[in-house]
Amino acid sequence: MSVRRLAKEQPASFAFSKATMEKAEWWIKKYPESRRQSAVIPILWLVQKQEGWVSEPAIRAIAELLDMAFIRVLEVATFYTMFMLEPVGKTALIQVCGTTPCMLRGANELMKVCKEKIGPKDHLSADGRFTWQEVECLGACSNAPMAQINDYYYEDLTPETMAQIIDDFAAGKSPKPGSYAGRHTSAPTGGAKTLLDPKLYDGSAAKPIKKLPNSDPAPVEKAPA
Amino acid sequence: MVGILEDKDRIFTNLYGFHDWGVEGAKQRGAWNATKDMLDLGRDWIINNVKASGLRGRGGAGFSTGLKWSFMPKEVKDRPHYLVINADESEPATCKDREIMRHDPHLLIEGALIASFAMQAHACYIYLRGEYVLERERMEAAVKQAYEAKLIGKDNVHGWDFDVYIHHGAGAYICGEETALLESLEGKKGQPRLKPPFPAGAGLYGCPTTVNNVESIAVVGTILRRGADWFASFGRPNNTGTKLMSLSGHVNTPCVVEEAMSIPLRQLIEDHGGGVRGGWSNLKAIIPGGASCPVITREQAETVLMDFDSMREMRSSLGTAGVTVMDQSTDIVKAIARISYFFKHESCGQCTPCREGTGWMWRVLERMAVGEADPSEIDLLLDVAGQVEGHTICALGDAAAWPVQGLIRHFRHEIEERIANYRSRRANFAGHAIAAE
Repeated sequence: MSVRRLAKEQPASFAFSKATMEKAEWWIKKYPESRRQSAVIPILWLVQKQEGWVSEPAIRAIAELLDMAFIRVLEVATFYTMFMLEPVGKTALIQVCGTTPCMLRGANELMKVCKEKIGPKDHLSADGRFTWQEVECLGACSNAPMAQINDYYYEDLTPETMAQIIDDFAAGKSPKPGSYAGRHTSAPTGGAKTLLDPKLYDGSAAKPIKKLPNSDPAPVEKAPA
Repeated sequence: MVGILEDKDRIFTNLYGFHDWGVEGAKQRGAWNATKDMLDLGRDWIINNVKASGLRGRGGAGFSTGLKWSFMPKEVKDRPHYLVINADESEPATCKDREIMRHDPHLLIEGALIASFAMQAHACYIYLRGEYVLERERMEAAVKQAYEAKLIGKDNVHGWDFDVYIHHGAGAYICGEETALLESLEGKKGQPRLKPPFPAGAGLYGCPTTVNNVESIAVVGTILRRGADWFASFGRPNNTGTKLMSLSGHVNTPCVVEEAMSIPLRQLIEDHGGGVRGGWSNLKAIIPGGASCPVITREQAETVLMDFDSMREMRSSLGTAGVTVMDQSTDIVKAIARISYFFKHESCGQCTPCREGTGWMWRVLERMAVGEADPSEIDLLLDVAGQVEGHTICALGDAAAWPVQGLIRHFRHEIEERIANYRSRRANFAGHAIAAE
């Protein structure tokens, strides 16, 4: 568990933007009429996209929108670690995965670069443009080490590419997400060794199937219980 | 040829995203082919075939998927049935469902329709972890395509009204536990529920619900198209089928690959991972199935097969088949301490043994990593791990205890050496005076 509290300094008010509200209504429609509460996480996320972080007035506004008690939204906002409870870098929020598979491939070196370039972790940089954090497994372990920057994954990083990415963000550019080791997604470096048979892609799999296997007579149950 | 599985037998033919992920591309590769015929053959036919294929849940626990489906009530009474797909892929070393969602989303949507039909559900929620933003955008786009092509939705071509909704979390590993996931989907903190009642009786919104992993659902269409016997022909009995496996850590070419179950671990690493960095002799240990699985040694890795039974014989687990390889340069105590930190961070705080025990184990391991401990604390640590294991509502307590137990089982001597080295350099050492907190 991690202890998470709301920021000491809070804005006086919060208002949903038109776009956020439209998106929120779209989410609410995904759930049964009486289950609006289900949309609380997606709407907290929308609010964070709008404001950059989740403030107390925003939590109150969401509670009102979803007919929830304030405490029920507050406990969700503090339970889930993707909600930023204080302002973070406006240019880039850099979340370096530090869990074992990334650690084995050099996540600690990436974090050193972040520290040198941005400052201590979990703190807004002096210019207010950057925040970096160490986070738990982001589920891209075959492309370790990696970081999530704003919304997307930057993979197969080295201290050099990490530094370059930070510099690019600082210069107002938008570095491309994906692998920085010159490989395609999670295919092995040097090219895929599987899925090379052209027959897989010639459309033969789309030909009508006359009769499905085991469809006549009805199959007998034979799996062990 | 590398590995055991031939290209013609792969289910995920766009695993690396070299081809069109959209509905047309997916159809070219065989998705949505004869789906209506499957539904026409009826629920029992689907469930019996999935049972006969031997498919075991791909999310880690390995429970028979067909059997799980058969636990749903036979008749829909006052409450609707739901299928919930667990796409909260967060177990360290596991990165396979991500490839399905961003590169072959239609296999998942097709499987969701078939499974929902078999369980008489008209709605399916897919719960993605919040960090998977790209994957979520891709799934939303694929679902939109499926609606537009009338493959799903009201009055679709398959004759079974069916809605798919994409939902997401916000960075809590515990929401991969099925009842925590349901709580989260209901808009609450992700804290696991006491069972019974099981989700098949009272799940989402108190309605009969089945929760399945992404891969378990995404393979169903192909299994039915090619036959249960085809799927069952891979792997050893009780461990059948093909499986996505992910390689990470100290291998030359980390990757995700679909392989036949029961492939020898060593062959998997050498054929697909390009071998251990510095050669096989440089191997120190392997975590075979995600962070919660106990480590195995090089000797064990030489003979073990990538299946449920073989891993259990080694006192480890296949888990999600996310393999983490560690070479001789690895500080194994530190590596496991980092896993303990992970579980400490992700404990939901509901049960005391887990909330307190995970932090306790992490703090002791951090000290042991530098040697600042007392040798008697090794047994104390084992004792505490045993007190956490099996004494919590969900399996996170167990998952936190197993890696610690595995470490001590195989690398106790390293911890002892560390402690001895630490002391030999000091006239006074702090270790004996530090309580474990």
